[in-house]
Amino acid sequence: MSAVVPLRADSLGVSLGSTRALDDVSIEFEPGWTAIVGPNGAGKSTLLRALAGLQGLRSGGVHLHGQALPAWTDRERATRIAWLGQQAETTGELTVREVVQLGRLPHHGLFGAPTARDESVVDAAMHETECSAWQTRRLHELSGGERQRVLIARALAVDAGILLLDEPTTHLDPPHQIALVQLLRRRAAAGVTVVSVLHDLALALLADRLIVLERGRLRAVGHSDDPALHGALIAVFGGAIRIERVGARWVPVANLER
Amino acid sequence: MRTPDQQRRSRLGTRLAALSLVLLAAGLAAGSDGWSMRELWEMLQHGDAALIVGQIRAPRTLGAWLAGALLGLSGAVAQGLFRNPLADPYLLGSASGASLAVVLVLAASSLTGHGIALATAGAVARLGLVGAAFAGALLGISLTLVLARGAEQTTRLLLAGVVVGVLLGAASDLVTSAAPDALRGKQAFMLGSTGFLSWSACAVLAAGLLIALPPAWRLARALDALTLGEDAARSLGLSLARLRAALVGALALAIGVAVSQTGLIAFVGLVSPHLVRRFAPAPHGYTVLASAATGGTLLLAADVLARSLIAPQEVPVGVLTALLGGAYLLWLLHRRRIA
Repeated sequence: MSAVVPLRADSLGVSLGSTRALDDVSIEFEPGWTAIVGPNGAGKSTLLRALAGLQGLRSGGVHLHGQALPAWTDRERATRIAWLGQQAETTGELTVREVVQLGRLPHHGLFGAPTARDESVVDAAMHETECSAWQTRRLHELSGGERQRVLIARALAVDAGILLLDEPTTHLDPPHQIALVQLLRRRAAAGVTVVSVLHDLALALLADRLIVLERGRLRAVGHSDDPALHGALIAVFGGAIRIERVGARWVPVANLER
Repeated sequence: MRTPDQQRRSRLGTRLAALSLVLLAAGLAAGSDGWSMRELWEMLQHGDAALIVGQIRAPRTLGAWLAGALLGLSGAVAQGLFRNPLADPYLLGSASGASLAVVLVLAASSLTGHGIALATAGAVARLGLVGAAFAGALLGISLTLVLARGAEQTTRLLLAGVVVGVLLGAASDLVTSAAPDALRGKQAFMLGSTGFLSWSACAVLAAGLLIALPPAWRLARALDALTLGEDAARSLGLSLARLRAALVGALALAIGVAVSQTGLIAFVGLVSPHLVRRFAPAPHGYTVLASAATGGTLLLAADVLARSLIAPQEVPVGVLTALLGGAYLLWLLHRRRIA
Protein backbone atom coordinates (compact mmCIF):
# COMPACT_ATOMS: atom_id res chain seq x y z
CA MET A 1 0.00 0.00 0.00
CA SER A 2 1.39 3.39 -0.97
CA ALA A 3 0.00 6.43 0.84
CA VAL A 4 -2.12 6.38 3.98
CA VAL A 5 -5.80 5.87 3.05
CA PRO A 6 -8.01 8.85 3.90
CA LEU A 7 -10.57 6.79 5.82
CA ARG A 8 -10.43 3.27 7.20
CA ALA A 9 -12.87 1.22 9.27
CA ASP A 10 -11.30 -1.55 11.41
CA SER A 11 -13.57 -4.37 12.61
CA LEU A 12 -16.40 -1.95 13.40
CA GLY A 13 -19.01 -3.26 15.78
CA VAL A 14 -22.07 -1.22 16.76
CA SER A 15 -24.99 -2.28 18.94
CA LEU A 16 -28.26 -0.39 18.87
CA GLY A 17 -30.20 -1.65 21.87
CA SER A 18 -30.14 -5.43 21.58
CA THR A 19 -29.53 -5.52 17.80
CA ARG A 20 -26.08 -5.72 16.27
CA ALA A 21 -26.27 -2.91 13.73
CA LEU A 22 -22.70 -3.49 12.53
CA ASP A 23 -20.63 -6.60 13.04
CA ASP A 24 -16.90 -6.75 12.29
CA VAL A 25 -16.93 -4.41 9.30
CA SER A 26 -13.47 -3.57 7.94
CA ILE A 27 -13.01 -1.48 4.82
CA GLU A 28 -10.78 1.17 3.35
CA PHE A 29 -12.00 4.25 1.47
CA GLU A 30 -9.76 5.70 -1.22
CA PRO A 31 -10.43 8.91 -3.15
CA GLY A 32 -13.27 8.23 -5.58
CA TRP A 33 -17.00 7.56 -5.22
CA THR A 34 -18.17 4.59 -3.16
CA ALA A 35 -21.86 3.74 -2.81
CA ILE A 36 -23.16 1.76 0.15
CA VAL A 37 -26.18 -0.41 -0.68
CA GLY A 38 -28.21 -3.13 1.00
CA PRO A 39 -31.71 -3.96 2.21
CA ASN A 40 -33.52 -1.92 4.89
CA GLY A 41 -31.91 -2.39 8.28
CA ALA A 42 -28.58 -3.55 6.80
CA GLY A 43 -26.63 -0.93 8.80
CA LYS A 44 -25.88 1.48 5.94
CA SER A 45 -26.67 4.70 7.84
CA THR A 46 -25.00 3.35 10.97
CA LEU A 47 -21.80 2.69 9.02
CA LEU A 48 -21.88 6.24 7.65
CA ARG A 49 -22.47 7.69 11.14
CA ALA A 50 -19.62 5.59 12.52
CA LEU A 51 -17.31 6.85 9.76
CA ALA A 52 -18.27 10.43 10.67
CA GLY A 53 -17.51 9.85 14.34
CA LEU A 54 -21.16 10.35 15.32
CA GLN A 55 -21.84 6.78 16.44
CA GLY A 56 -20.68 5.11 19.66
CA LEU A 57 -18.79 1.90 18.85
CA ARG A 58 -18.94 -1.45 20.63
CA SER A 59 -15.68 -2.56 19.07
CA GLY A 60 -13.14 -1.56 16.44
CA GLY A 61 -12.36 1.93 15.29
CA VAL A 62 -12.21 4.45 12.46
CA HIS A 63 -8.91 5.91 11.22
CA LEU A 64 -8.74 9.28 9.51
CA HIS A 65 -5.49 9.69 7.54
CA GLY A 66 -4.01 6.86 9.59
CA GLN A 67 -4.84 8.37 12.97
CA ALA A 68 -7.65 7.12 15.21
CA LEU A 69 -10.73 9.37 14.90
CA PRO A 70 -10.94 10.29 18.62
CA ALA A 71 -7.33 11.56 18.47
CA TRP A 72 -8.49 14.45 16.27
CA THR A 73 -10.16 17.46 17.88
CA ASP A 74 -13.82 18.04 17.01
CA ARG A 75 -12.94 20.92 14.72
CA GLU A 76 -10.03 19.15 13.01
CA ARG A 77 -12.33 16.23 12.28
CA ALA A 78 -15.14 18.52 11.10
CA THR A 79 -12.95 20.32 8.54
CA ARG A 80 -11.86 16.95 7.07
CA ILE A 81 -15.14 15.00 7.08
CA ALA A 82 -18.44 16.48 5.89
CA TRP A 83 -21.54 14.48 6.78
CA LEU A 84 -25.11 14.81 5.58
CA GLY A 85 -27.76 12.72 7.33
CA GLN A 86 -31.06 11.48 5.99
CA GLN A 87 -33.30 14.50 5.83
CA ALA A 88 -34.19 15.40 9.39
CA GLU A 89 -36.78 17.95 10.38
CA THR A 90 -35.20 21.36 10.41
CA THR A 91 -36.34 24.16 12.70
CA GLY A 92 -35.68 27.88 13.00
CA GLU A 93 -35.75 30.84 10.69
CA LEU A 94 -32.44 30.57 8.81
CA THR A 95 -32.32 31.56 5.16
CA VAL A 96 -30.84 29.28 2.51
CA ARG A 97 -27.59 31.23 2.53
CA GLU A 98 -27.37 31.20 6.34
CA VAL A 99 -27.81 27.41 6.32
CA VAL A 100 -25.09 26.90 3.71
CA GLN A 101 -22.82 29.26 5.67
CA LEU A 102 -23.04 26.82 8.61
CA GLY A 103 -20.83 24.54 6.52
CA ARG A 104 -17.99 26.98 7.15
CA LEU A 105 -18.45 26.83 10.94
CA PRO A 106 -15.64 24.25 11.45
CA HIS A 107 -13.24 26.57 9.63
CA HIS A 108 -13.86 29.89 11.38
CA GLY A 109 -15.16 28.46 14.66
CA LEU A 110 -18.02 29.54 16.88
CA PHE A 111 -16.49 32.92 17.67
CA GLY A 112 -14.83 33.72 14.37
CA ALA A 113 -16.31 35.71 11.50
CA PRO A 114 -16.59 34.33 7.94
CA THR A 115 -13.81 35.51 5.61
CA ALA A 116 -14.08 36.40 1.92
CA ARG A 117 -12.90 32.87 1.12
CA ASP A 118 -15.67 31.39 3.27
CA GLU A 119 -18.22 33.44 1.35
CA SER A 120 -16.83 32.38 -2.03
CA VAL A 121 -16.97 28.69 -1.04
CA VAL A 122 -20.59 29.24 0.06
CA ASP A 123 -21.39 30.89 -3.28
CA ALA A 124 -19.79 28.03 -5.20
CA ALA A 125 -21.67 25.36 -3.19
CA MET A 126 -25.02 27.10 -3.82
CA HIS A 127 -24.16 27.48 -7.50
CA GLU A 128 -23.31 23.77 -7.82
CA THR A 129 -26.63 22.68 -6.33
CA GLU A 130 -28.59 25.41 -8.13
CA CYS A 131 -29.94 27.17 -5.08
CA SER A 132 -28.31 30.60 -5.54
CA ALA A 133 -31.55 32.04 -6.92
CA TRP A 134 -33.45 31.60 -3.67
CA GLN A 135 -30.68 32.21 -1.17
CA THR A 136 -32.73 34.74 0.82
CA ARG A 137 -35.70 32.41 1.25
CA ARG A 138 -36.17 30.50 4.48
CA LEU A 139 -35.67 26.76 4.69
CA HIS A 140 -39.27 26.13 5.81
CA GLU A 141 -40.59 27.93 2.72
CA LEU A 142 -38.98 25.40 0.34
CA SER A 143 -40.20 22.11 -1.10
CA GLY A 144 -38.59 18.85 0.03
CA GLY A 145 -36.38 18.65 -3.06
CA GLU A 146 -35.28 22.27 -2.82
CA ARG A 147 -34.48 21.82 0.87
CA GLN A 148 -32.44 18.72 0.09
CA ARG A 149 -30.35 20.70 -2.41
CA VAL A 150 -29.67 23.34 0.25
CA LEU A 151 -28.59 20.68 2.74
CA ILE A 152 -26.28 19.15 0.11
CA ALA A 153 -24.81 22.61 -0.49
CA ARG A 154 -24.27 22.92 3.28
CA ALA A 155 -22.23 19.68 3.22
CA LEU A 156 -20.30 20.79 0.11
CA ALA A 157 -19.49 24.12 1.77
CA VAL A 158 -17.39 22.30 4.38
CA ASP A 159 -15.01 21.71 1.46
CA ALA A 160 -13.72 18.57 3.16
CA GLY A 161 -11.56 15.84 1.61
CA ILE A 162 -14.13 13.27 2.73
CA LEU A 163 -17.81 13.64 1.89
CA LEU A 164 -20.30 11.27 3.58
CA LEU A 165 -23.87 11.50 2.26
CA ASP A 166 -26.84 9.48 3.52
CA GLU A 167 -29.52 9.14 0.84
CA PRO A 168 -28.60 12.45 -0.83
CA THR A 169 -31.07 11.89 -3.70
CA THR A 170 -34.12 11.84 -1.38
CA HIS A 171 -36.89 14.17 -2.67
CA LEU A 172 -34.86 15.06 -5.80
CA ASP A 173 -36.53 14.88 -9.22
CA PRO A 174 -34.71 12.87 -11.95
CA PRO A 175 -32.86 15.86 -13.50
CA HIS A 176 -31.51 16.86 -10.09
CA GLN A 177 -30.63 13.26 -9.24
CA ILE A 178 -28.52 13.14 -12.38
CA ALA A 179 -27.01 16.54 -11.63
CA LEU A 180 -26.06 15.25 -8.18
CA VAL A 181 -24.43 12.13 -9.64
CA GLN A 182 -22.40 14.34 -11.98
CA LEU A 183 -21.46 16.57 -9.07
CA LEU A 184 -20.28 13.59 -6.96
CA ARG A 185 -18.25 12.29 -9.92
CA ARG A 186 -16.60 15.71 -10.37
CA ARG A 187 -15.69 15.80 -6.68
CA ALA A 188 -14.38 12.22 -6.82
CA ALA A 189 -12.30 13.02 -9.93
CA ALA A 190 -10.85 16.01 -8.05
CA GLY A 191 -9.54 13.67 -5.33
CA VAL A 192 -12.38 13.78 -2.79
CA THR A 193 -13.34 10.56 -1.02
CA VAL A 194 -17.11 10.42 -1.56
CA VAL A 195 -19.15 7.80 0.31
CA SER A 196 -22.92 7.75 -0.17
CA VAL A 197 -25.71 5.51 1.04
CA LEU A 198 -28.14 4.99 -1.83
CA HIS A 199 -31.43 3.15 -2.04
CA ASP A 200 -31.67 3.64 -5.78
CA LEU A 201 -29.54 0.85 -7.27
CA ALA A 202 -29.59 2.44 -10.72
CA LEU A 203 -27.76 5.45 -9.26
CA ALA A 204 -25.52 3.32 -7.01
CA LEU A 205 -24.34 1.32 -10.04
CA LEU A 206 -22.93 4.58 -11.45
CA ALA A 207 -20.42 4.80 -8.56
CA ASP A 208 -16.76 3.76 -8.88
CA ARG A 209 -17.22 1.09 -6.26
CA LEU A 210 -20.08 -0.51 -4.32
CA ILE A 211 -20.24 -1.87 -0.80
CA VAL A 212 -23.01 -4.38 -0.12
CA LEU A 213 -24.17 -4.69 3.49
CA GLU A 214 -26.61 -7.23 4.89
CA ARG A 215 -27.70 -7.44 8.53
CA GLY A 216 -24.70 -5.44 9.73
CA ARG A 217 -22.15 -7.51 7.88
CA LEU A 218 -20.07 -6.74 4.80
CA ARG A 219 -21.32 -9.00 1.99
CA ALA A 220 -19.34 -7.76 -1.00
CA VAL A 221 -17.15 -4.93 -2.23
CA GLY A 222 -16.43 -4.35 -5.87
CA HIS A 223 -16.67 -2.34 -9.05
CA SER A 224 -20.05 -1.99 -10.73
CA ASP A 225 -18.74 -4.21 -13.59
CA ASP A 226 -17.93 -7.05 -11.21
CA PRO A 227 -20.13 -10.15 -11.80
CA ALA A 228 -19.45 -11.35 -8.23
CA LEU A 229 -20.82 -8.03 -6.93
CA HIS A 230 -23.92 -8.41 -9.10
CA GLY A 231 -24.42 -11.89 -7.65
CA ALA A 232 -24.18 -10.55 -4.10
CA LEU A 233 -26.64 -7.73 -4.86
CA ILE A 234 -29.19 -10.16 -6.31
CA ALA A 235 -28.73 -12.44 -3.30
CA VAL A 236 -29.19 -9.75 -0.60
CA PHE A 237 -32.36 -8.52 -2.29
CA GLY A 238 -33.73 -12.06 -2.36
CA GLY A 239 -33.75 -12.35 -6.14
CA ALA A 240 -36.23 -9.48 -6.53
CA ILE A 241 -33.95 -7.82 -9.08
CA ARG A 242 -31.82 -8.73 -12.06
CA ILE A 243 -28.87 -6.67 -13.22
CA GLU A 244 -28.68 -6.14 -16.98
CA ARG A 245 -26.38 -4.37 -19.33
CA VAL A 246 -27.79 -1.36 -21.18
CA GLY A 247 -25.21 0.19 -23.49
CA ALA A 248 -22.10 0.83 -21.40
CA ARG A 249 -23.95 0.63 -18.07
CA TRP A 250 -25.42 -1.88 -15.67
CA VAL A 251 -28.98 -1.30 -14.52
CA PRO A 252 -31.24 -3.10 -12.05
CA VAL A 253 -34.47 -4.53 -13.45
CA ALA A 254 -37.40 -5.73 -11.33
CA ASN A 255 -37.55 -9.52 -11.52
CA LEU A 256 -41.27 -10.19 -11.94
CA GLU A 257 -40.87 -13.76 -13.19
CA ARG A 258 -39.52 -15.27 -10.03
CA MET B 1 -27.17 47.72 0.25
CA ARG B 2 -29.25 46.23 3.03
CA THR B 3 -31.44 43.18 2.44
CA PRO B 4 -35.15 43.28 3.37
CA ASP B 5 -34.31 41.00 6.31
CA GLN B 6 -31.75 43.46 7.64
CA GLN B 7 -34.23 46.32 7.21
CA ARG B 8 -36.86 44.43 9.19
CA ARG B 9 -34.34 43.72 11.94
CA SER B 10 -33.23 47.30 12.35
CA ARG B 11 -36.84 48.51 12.13
CA LEU B 12 -37.84 46.19 14.99
CA GLY B 13 -34.80 47.33 16.99
CA THR B 14 -35.68 51.00 16.56
CA ARG B 15 -39.32 50.42 17.46
CA LEU B 16 -38.44 48.45 20.59
CA ALA B 17 -36.07 51.19 21.73
CA ALA B 18 -38.64 53.93 21.10
CA LEU B 19 -41.44 51.96 22.76
CA SER B 20 -39.24 51.24 25.77
CA LEU B 21 -38.46 54.95 26.21
CA VAL B 22 -42.15 55.93 26.00
CA LEU B 23 -43.08 53.19 28.46
CA LEU B 24 -40.28 54.20 30.87
CA ALA B 25 -41.75 57.72 30.90
CA ALA B 26 -45.26 56.32 31.34
CA GLY B 27 -43.99 54.11 34.16
CA LEU B 28 -42.68 57.17 36.01
CA ALA B 29 -45.94 59.05 35.47
CA ALA B 30 -48.39 56.26 36.31
CA GLY B 31 -49.63 56.75 39.84
CA SER B 32 -52.47 55.51 41.99
CA ASP B 33 -54.80 58.18 40.59
CA GLY B 34 -54.21 57.70 36.88
CA TRP B 35 -51.26 59.25 35.16
CA SER B 36 -50.27 62.60 33.76
CA MET B 37 -46.94 64.02 32.68
CA ARG B 38 -47.83 67.43 34.15
CA GLU B 39 -48.46 65.89 37.52
CA LEU B 40 -45.15 64.02 37.22
CA TRP B 41 -43.36 67.30 36.48
CA GLU B 42 -45.01 68.95 39.48
CA MET B 43 -44.13 65.99 41.71
CA LEU B 44 -40.49 66.21 40.68
CA GLN B 45 -40.43 69.83 41.91
CA HIS B 46 -41.37 68.87 45.46
CA GLY B 47 -39.10 66.97 47.77
CA ASP B 48 -41.57 64.48 49.26
CA ALA B 49 -43.36 63.67 46.05
CA ALA B 50 -40.08 63.31 44.18
CA LEU B 51 -39.27 60.59 46.69
CA ILE B 52 -42.28 58.58 45.45
CA VAL B 53 -41.05 58.82 41.89
CA GLY B 54 -37.40 58.20 42.77
CA GLN B 55 -37.83 55.41 45.29
CA ILE B 56 -40.99 53.64 44.14
CA ARG B 57 -41.95 54.32 40.55
CA ALA B 58 -38.46 54.55 39.03
CA PRO B 59 -37.08 51.25 40.39
CA ARG B 60 -40.38 49.50 39.69
CA THR B 61 -40.39 50.73 36.10
CA LEU B 62 -36.75 49.89 35.41
CA GLY B 63 -37.04 46.60 37.29
CA ALA B 64 -40.07 45.52 35.25
CA TRP B 65 -38.11 46.12 32.04
CA LEU B 66 -35.07 44.21 33.35
CA ALA B 67 -37.12 41.25 34.63
CA GLY B 68 -38.97 41.09 31.31
CA ALA B 69 -35.65 41.16 29.46
CA LEU B 70 -34.37 38.20 31.51
CA LEU B 71 -37.58 36.27 30.72
CA GLY B 72 -37.38 37.09 26.98
CA LEU B 73 -33.72 36.06 26.90
CA SER B 74 -34.47 32.75 28.65
CA GLY B 75 -37.34 32.09 26.26
CA ALA B 76 -35.15 32.56 23.18
CA VAL B 77 -32.41 30.33 24.61
CA ALA B 78 -34.88 27.62 25.75
CA GLN B 79 -36.66 27.51 22.39
CA GLY B 80 -33.36 27.30 20.50
CA LEU B 81 -31.88 24.72 22.85
CA PHE B 82 -34.95 22.45 22.79
CA ARG B 83 -35.56 23.10 19.08
CA ASN B 84 -39.15 23.75 19.98
CA PRO B 85 -40.98 27.06 19.53
CA LEU B 86 -43.32 26.16 22.40
CA ALA B 87 -40.57 25.55 24.96
CA ASP B 88 -41.20 27.70 28.02
CA PRO B 89 -38.20 28.77 30.10
CA TYR B 90 -40.11 27.66 33.24
CA LEU B 91 -40.04 24.06 31.95
CA LEU B 92 -36.70 23.19 33.51
CA GLY B 93 -38.02 23.06 37.07
CA SER B 94 -37.13 26.64 37.95
CA ALA B 95 -40.72 27.73 38.52
CA SER B 96 -41.70 24.81 40.72
CA GLY B 97 -38.42 24.99 42.66
CA ALA B 98 -38.84 28.69 43.36
CA SER B 99 -42.46 28.39 44.45
CA LEU B 100 -41.69 25.45 46.74
CA ALA B 101 -38.91 27.46 48.40
CA VAL B 102 -41.22 30.45 48.90
CA VAL B 103 -43.93 28.24 50.35
CA LEU B 104 -41.43 26.62 52.71
CA VAL B 105 -40.24 29.99 54.03
CA LEU B 106 -43.82 31.27 54.43
CA ALA B 107 -44.94 28.07 56.15
CA ALA B 108 -41.95 28.05 58.48
CA SER B 109 -42.59 31.66 59.45
CA SER B 110 -46.31 31.09 60.07
CA LEU B 111 -45.71 27.90 62.07
CA THR B 112 -43.16 29.66 64.27
CA GLY B 113 -45.63 32.49 64.83
CA HIS B 114 -43.81 35.12 62.78
CA GLY B 115 -46.32 35.19 59.94
CA ILE B 116 -45.14 37.18 56.94
CA ALA B 117 -47.05 38.12 53.86
CA LEU B 118 -45.54 39.23 50.58
CA ALA B 119 -47.30 42.58 50.56
CA THR B 120 -46.35 43.63 54.08
CA ALA B 121 -43.06 41.84 54.53
CA GLY B 122 -40.21 43.98 55.82
CA ALA B 123 -36.94 44.37 54.01
CA VAL B 124 -35.22 41.47 55.80
CA ALA B 125 -38.11 39.07 55.27
CA ARG B 126 -38.36 40.06 51.62
CA LEU B 127 -34.67 39.53 51.12
CA GLY B 128 -35.12 36.09 52.69
CA LEU B 129 -37.98 35.27 50.31
CA VAL B 130 -36.06 36.51 47.30
CA GLY B 131 -33.01 34.50 48.29
CA ALA B 132 -35.13 31.41 48.90
CA ALA B 133 -36.84 31.78 45.50
CA PHE B 134 -33.47 32.10 43.76
CA ALA B 135 -32.05 29.09 45.61
CA GLY B 136 -35.24 27.14 44.86
CA ALA B 137 -35.08 27.98 41.15
CA LEU B 138 -31.45 26.85 40.93
CA LEU B 139 -32.29 23.73 42.97
CA GLY B 140 -35.19 22.88 40.64
CA ILE B 141 -32.97 23.25 37.57
CA SER B 142 -30.14 21.26 39.17
CA LEU B 143 -32.56 18.49 40.08
CA THR B 144 -33.80 18.42 36.48
CA LEU B 145 -30.21 18.22 35.23
CA VAL B 146 -29.36 15.39 37.64
CA LEU B 147 -32.48 13.42 36.63
CA ALA B 148 -31.71 13.97 32.94
CA ARG B 149 -28.08 12.98 33.56
CA GLY B 150 -26.81 16.26 32.16
CA ALA B 151 -28.07 18.49 29.39
CA GLU B 152 -27.00 16.18 26.60
CA GLN B 153 -30.35 14.72 25.59
CA THR B 154 -33.09 17.20 24.91
CA THR B 155 -36.04 14.85 25.26
CA ARG B 156 -34.75 13.46 28.55
CA LEU B 157 -34.18 17.02 29.77
CA LEU B 158 -37.75 18.06 28.92
CA LEU B 159 -39.20 14.92 30.54
CA ALA B 160 -37.09 15.44 33.65
CA GLY B 161 -38.32 19.05 33.79
CA VAL B 162 -41.92 17.86 33.70
CA VAL B 163 -41.26 15.25 36.42
CA VAL B 164 -39.52 17.81 38.67
CA GLY B 165 -42.40 20.25 38.08
CA VAL B 166 -44.98 17.68 39.15
CA LEU B 167 -43.00 16.44 42.17
CA LEU B 168 -42.06 19.87 43.53
CA GLY B 169 -45.60 21.12 42.82
CA ALA B 170 -46.99 18.23 44.86
CA ALA B 171 -44.51 18.98 47.64
CA SER B 172 -45.59 22.60 47.87
CA ASP B 173 -49.26 21.55 47.86
CA LEU B 174 -48.46 19.26 50.77
CA VAL B 175 -46.80 22.11 52.67
CA THR B 176 -49.69 24.51 52.06
CA SER B 177 -52.20 21.93 53.26
CA ALA B 178 -50.21 21.66 56.51
CA ALA B 179 -49.74 25.42 56.85
CA PRO B 180 -52.73 27.10 55.17
CA ASP B 181 -51.34 30.57 55.95
CA ALA B 182 -48.65 29.99 53.35
CA LEU B 183 -51.29 29.56 50.67
CA ARG B 184 -51.92 33.28 50.25
CA GLY B 185 -48.24 34.03 49.98
CA LYS B 186 -47.85 31.24 47.47
CA GLN B 187 -50.74 32.59 45.47
CA ALA B 188 -49.25 36.07 45.37
CA PHE B 189 -45.95 34.57 44.23
CA MET B 190 -47.56 32.43 41.53
CA LEU B 191 -49.38 35.47 40.12
CA GLY B 192 -46.15 37.39 39.78
CA SER B 193 -45.72 40.99 40.75
CA THR B 194 -43.64 43.99 39.83
CA GLY B 195 -45.02 46.01 42.74
CA PHE B 196 -42.17 45.49 45.20
CA LEU B 197 -39.15 46.11 43.00
CA SER B 198 -36.60 48.30 44.77
CA TRP B 199 -33.29 49.74 43.59
CA SER B 200 -31.49 46.75 45.12
CA ALA B 201 -33.78 44.42 43.13
CA CYS B 202 -32.87 46.40 40.00
CA ALA B 203 -29.19 45.90 40.78
CA VAL B 204 -29.69 42.13 41.11
CA LEU B 205 -31.73 41.99 37.88
CA ALA B 206 -29.19 44.10 35.97
CA ALA B 207 -26.33 41.94 37.21
CA GLY B 208 -28.21 38.81 36.09
CA LEU B 209 -28.75 40.29 32.65
CA LEU B 210 -25.13 41.41 32.34
CA ILE B 211 -23.88 37.92 33.22
CA ALA B 212 -26.39 35.83 31.23
CA LEU B 213 -26.68 37.87 28.04
CA PRO B 214 -23.08 37.72 26.70
CA PRO B 215 -22.70 33.91 26.72
CA ALA B 216 -26.21 33.43 25.31
CA TRP B 217 -25.44 35.86 22.50
CA ARG B 218 -21.96 34.49 21.80
CA LEU B 219 -23.15 30.87 21.66
CA ALA B 220 -26.17 31.69 19.47
CA ARG B 221 -24.32 30.34 16.40
CA ALA B 222 -24.46 26.89 18.02
CA LEU B 223 -28.26 27.28 18.29
CA ASP B 224 -28.26 28.05 14.55
CA ALA B 225 -26.36 24.82 13.86
CA LEU B 226 -28.81 22.91 16.08
CA THR B 227 -31.68 23.85 13.75
CA LEU B 228 -30.26 21.22 11.34
CA GLY B 229 -30.42 18.51 14.02
CA GLU B 230 -28.05 17.36 16.74
CA ASP B 231 -25.97 15.04 14.54
CA ALA B 232 -25.48 17.75 11.92
CA ALA B 233 -24.36 20.16 14.66
CA ARG B 234 -21.88 17.60 15.99
CA SER B 235 -20.61 16.88 12.48
CA LEU B 236 -19.80 20.60 12.25
CA GLY B 237 -17.34 20.18 15.12
CA LEU B 238 -19.54 21.49 17.94
CA SER B 239 -19.10 19.90 21.35
CA LEU B 240 -22.78 19.77 22.25
CA ALA B 241 -22.38 18.63 25.86
CA ARG B 242 -20.25 21.65 26.78
CA LEU B 243 -22.35 24.09 24.78
CA ARG B 244 -25.57 22.84 26.36
CA ALA B 245 -24.07 23.09 29.84
CA ALA B 246 -23.09 26.73 29.19
CA LEU B 247 -26.47 27.65 27.69
CA VAL B 248 -28.48 25.87 30.41
CA GLY B 249 -26.30 27.72 32.95
CA ALA B 250 -27.14 31.10 31.40
CA LEU B 251 -30.81 30.09 31.22
CA ALA B 252 -30.89 28.98 34.87
CA LEU B 253 -29.24 32.18 36.05
CA ALA B 254 -31.55 34.43 34.04
CA ILE B 255 -34.73 32.64 35.06
CA GLY B 256 -33.63 32.20 38.70
CA VAL B 257 -32.89 35.91 39.09
CA ALA B 258 -36.14 36.97 37.40
CA VAL B 259 -38.32 34.55 39.39
CA SER B 260 -36.69 35.54 42.65
CA GLN B 261 -37.56 39.23 42.15
CA THR B 262 -40.99 39.10 40.53
CA GLY B 263 -42.49 35.64 41.13
CA LEU B 264 -43.86 33.65 38.24
CA ILE B 265 -44.82 35.97 35.41
CA ALA B 266 -46.45 33.91 32.73
CA PHE B 267 -46.03 33.97 28.96
CA VAL B 268 -43.43 36.78 28.59
CA GLY B 269 -40.65 34.21 28.09
CA LEU B 270 -42.76 32.13 25.73
CA VAL B 271 -44.20 34.94 23.63
CA SER B 272 -41.23 37.31 23.21
CA PRO B 273 -39.22 35.09 20.82
CA HIS B 274 -42.43 34.43 18.85
CA LEU B 275 -42.96 38.14 18.35
CA VAL B 276 -39.35 38.60 17.26
CA ARG B 277 -39.56 35.73 14.78
CA ARG B 278 -42.80 37.15 13.42
CA PHE B 279 -41.57 40.69 12.84
CA ALA B 280 -37.91 40.03 12.07
CA PRO B 281 -36.98 36.38 11.49
CA ALA B 282 -33.23 36.05 11.96
CA PRO B 283 -30.40 33.80 13.15
CA HIS B 284 -30.31 33.23 16.90
CA GLY B 285 -27.75 35.96 17.64
CA TYR B 286 -30.30 38.61 16.77
CA THR B 287 -33.26 36.64 18.15
CA VAL B 288 -31.64 36.36 21.59
CA LEU B 289 -30.93 40.11 21.84
CA ALA B 290 -34.26 41.19 20.36
CA SER B 291 -36.21 38.74 22.55
CA ALA B 292 -34.62 40.31 25.63
CA ALA B 293 -35.64 43.78 24.43
CA THR B 294 -39.14 42.53 23.55
CA GLY B 295 -39.54 40.83 26.94
CA GLY B 296 -38.53 44.05 28.68
CA THR B 297 -40.95 46.12 26.62
CA LEU B 298 -43.81 43.64 27.13
CA LEU B 299 -43.45 43.35 30.89
CA LEU B 300 -43.07 47.10 31.31
CA ALA B 301 -46.18 47.67 29.18
CA ALA B 302 -48.07 45.13 31.28
CA ASP B 303 -46.84 46.82 34.47
CA VAL B 304 -48.00 50.28 33.34
CA LEU B 305 -51.36 48.80 32.31
CA ALA B 306 -51.68 46.90 35.60
CA ARG B 307 -51.16 50.14 37.51
CA SER B 308 -53.55 52.30 35.49
CA LEU B 309 -56.40 50.02 34.32
CA ILE B 310 -58.42 50.14 37.53
CA ALA B 311 -56.42 52.79 39.46
CA PRO B 312 -56.14 53.31 42.39
CA GLN B 313 -56.31 49.51 42.54
CA GLU B 314 -53.88 47.26 40.68
CA VAL B 315 -54.44 44.23 38.50
CA PRO B 316 -51.79 41.57 39.27
CA VAL B 317 -49.32 41.95 36.42
CA GLY B 318 -48.98 38.16 35.99
CA VAL B 319 -52.72 37.93 35.31
CA LEU B 320 -52.39 40.59 32.63
CA THR B 321 -49.42 38.94 30.90
CA ALA B 322 -51.23 35.58 30.99
CA LEU B 323 -54.35 37.14 29.43
CA LEU B 324 -52.46 39.08 26.77
CA GLY B 325 -49.97 36.30 26.04
CA GLY B 326 -52.67 33.65 25.90
CA ALA B 327 -54.75 35.78 23.55
CA TYR B 328 -51.74 36.36 21.32
CA LEU B 329 -50.90 32.64 21.14
CA LEU B 330 -54.52 31.82 20.35
CA TRP B 331 -54.49 34.35 17.56
CA LEU B 332 -51.20 32.91 16.30
CA LEU B 333 -52.66 29.42 16.42
CA HIS B 334 -55.64 30.63 14.46
CA ARG B 335 -53.55 32.48 11.85
CA ARG B 336 -50.87 30.00 10.99
CA ARG B 337 -49.20 26.74 11.88
CA ILE B 338 -47.37 27.03 15.19
CA ALA B 339 -44.76 24.30 14.99
